[in-house]
Amino acid sequence: MKDTVCETEVEIKNADGLHMRPAMQFVDLASTFESDIIVSNNENSVEGKSIMQMSMLAATCGSKLRIRADGPDAHKAIEALKELVEEKMFDEPAPKK
Amino acid sequence: MEIKKGIAVSPGITIAKSLIIDSEDYRIPRRSVMPSQRIIEVQRVRNAFTEAINELTKIEADQDTIEQRKIKDIFAVHLRFLHDRSLRKQITDYIHSEAVTAEYAVSITLRGIASHFTKVKDPYISERATDIYDIERRLLRQLLGKKREDIEHLTEEVAVVARELSPTQTAGFNTKYVKGIATDAGGRTSHTAIVARSLGIPAVVALEDLTEIISGGDTVIVDGNRGIVIVNPDEQTILQYEEYSQEFVELEHKLDTIREKPAVTRDGVKISLLGNIEFPDEAEMVLQKGGEGIGLYRTEFLFLNRTTEPTEEDHYQAYAETIRVFKHRPVIIRTLDLGADKYTQSKRFAPEPNPFLGLRSIRFCLQNLTMFKTQLHAILRASVLGQIKIMFPLITNLQELMQAKMILRDVMEDLDEESIPYNKDMQIGIMIETPSAALIGSMLARDVDFFSIGTNDLTQYTLAVDRGNELVSTLYSPVDPAVLRLIRTVIQDAYKAQIDLSVCGEMASEPEYIMLLIGMGVRTMSLATPMIPEVKQIIRSVTVEDCNNIARKILSMNSERQISSYLRNAARRILPEAF
Repeated sequence: MKDTVCETEVEIKNADGLHMRPAMQFVDLASTFESDIIVSNNENSVEGKSIMQMSMLAATCGSKLRIRADGPDAHKAIEALKELVEEKMFDEPAPKK
Repeated sequence: MEIKKGIAVSPGITIAKSLIIDSEDYRIPRRSVMPSQRIIEVQRVRNAFTEAINELTKIEADQDTIEQRKIKDIFAVHLRFLHDRSLRKQITDYIHSEAVTAEYAVSITLRGIASHFTKVKDPYISERATDIYDIERRLLRQLLGKKREDIEHLTEEVAVVARELSPTQTAGFNTKYVKGIATDAGGRTSHTAIVARSLGIPAVVALEDLTEIISGGDTVIVDGNRGIVIVNPDEQTILQYEEYSQEFVELEHKLDTIREKPAVTRDGVKISLLGNIEFPDEAEMVLQKGGEGIGLYRTEFLFLNRTTEPTEEDHYQAYAETIRVFKHRPVIIRTLDLGADKYTQSKRFAPEPNPFLGLRSIRFCLQNLTMFKTQLHAILRASVLGQIKIMFPLITNLQELMQAKMILRDVMEDLDEESIPYNKDMQIGIMIETPSAALIGSMLARDVDFFSIGTNDLTQYTLAVDRGNELVSTLYSPVDPAVLRLIRTVIQDAYKAQIDLSVCGEMASEPEYIMLLIGMGVRTMSLATPMIPEVKQIIRSVTVEDCNNIARKILSMNSERQISSYLRNAARRILPEAF
């Protein structure tokens, strides 16, 4: 299969943001794909498969992140990660209104 | 070559390669390695990660109940970090580019990450710094644990260098190979001091930043007689120390012969030499070295290295053990000199801003009467066992002395009521270690049986110098004209009042000051036990007339520098073999 590049923007919706456990879920999921995963906020770009780098993004609720996948399963990776962040919200509650 | 001055806590001299023991409880100092060593340090990092992963995997597997679910999550996150290749790479890259130890690279990298978290405003994320510190400690434990195993399997002689040594660290010491100890922290009563003395290993403590300026494998001289550590000494210094070490050994042997001889000057004047001790088990050594009693028994050790206050029985047992060694020779017990240290400061909500001018020593006792009375009770109870004298430290005015004596009388009445026997005529003395006490010596002398001049504090308070502060420590000198004038005043006042006088500060342990002290009229000295034979040797080689001449000359001089150099020359002239 040919390498493709796929990108998307996601918003952190769970109340506590991308703290340790969500970061772990993200990294675990990202690591199941062959593609390189790069996640960036306005300032930094980091490896989506490194828990150190992901947690240092310190993304709080409402932050927007760009996810970029580069590799044979880029499309699938982006879809799965977007689902984890925005729909499953890391199995965590949304902020109380 | 770098010379560091600390506190000598265990006598002897060692020249050996240094072996540094860091602790995961303290900041790891930056320490360089040879470029060729980098590959070894990188491998140590890899091994530490592997071991940490194994350890954590086991722990995580054990958390299987629902309640432990959260903990399991935390460990799972830590495991992800340990598996994170980019983290490991950051550490090993640092070793390659900076040529530092594995411990330092691990510590600085993870602390960098932690500080990144603490800067985040979101409390939920900033708290994650604690996870990073936890990972740092786990890795350091692996690295340092391996080092500790190495210490148990040494094959060459080393001097152990550490910030502070804990009982677990010292437990594995093989005295066949551990030949010296030097630590940044600690005092005469620290754990390191106790262990070093009991193992007979030369040791120096309170060296402040030694661990930061030394690298593992550096040659180091530990001079447990003078309290000096020399890092990377030059050839000349090594030769000099080898000679000195040899002399020390020979002197020790010679001492066996001098031990039985009296400390009498060539013109027949008797000088009493007593020992300063901290621990009951040191009393035996004083006797061995030819000491005639204890001139200063520091009792603070009962309070250190423990969390609860010692009981009256704890006090009593310690005093009784010491007295037993000396039977009917004098043992001067100094009441608690706590303060300006860990013990009192940690009990406060906020440390005192200026502890040396604060609630310390007799002041602390007068405000903590239960504790003070407990000690006095034990001293009185022990007073029937031998010739115990009591001494109050840091007296600054007459009221304090009267108050302390009144409390002592209260406790005596308690003993009367309890029908416990004690020596009703126990001698009472005070330390003269503040300028105020020295200046009112004639007033204080009427109410005590003896004075003991504490030259360390007297020098510090007279010259307003903290000798631990290297920015001003050169100003610290017990032979500064101002200090000498105070000492002379005290000696004269004691003579006029016909009370006993001794000098128990470090000054009396310094060979070059002995003649001056004799010349100024001192006839009793209490000193660091290992120095007794050497000082006795000096006394036996001089005449009081020589000493008087030296003192007269010195007291007319107006600069410390002039005095110091005159004393050195005089010592060399009169006693070439000792200097």
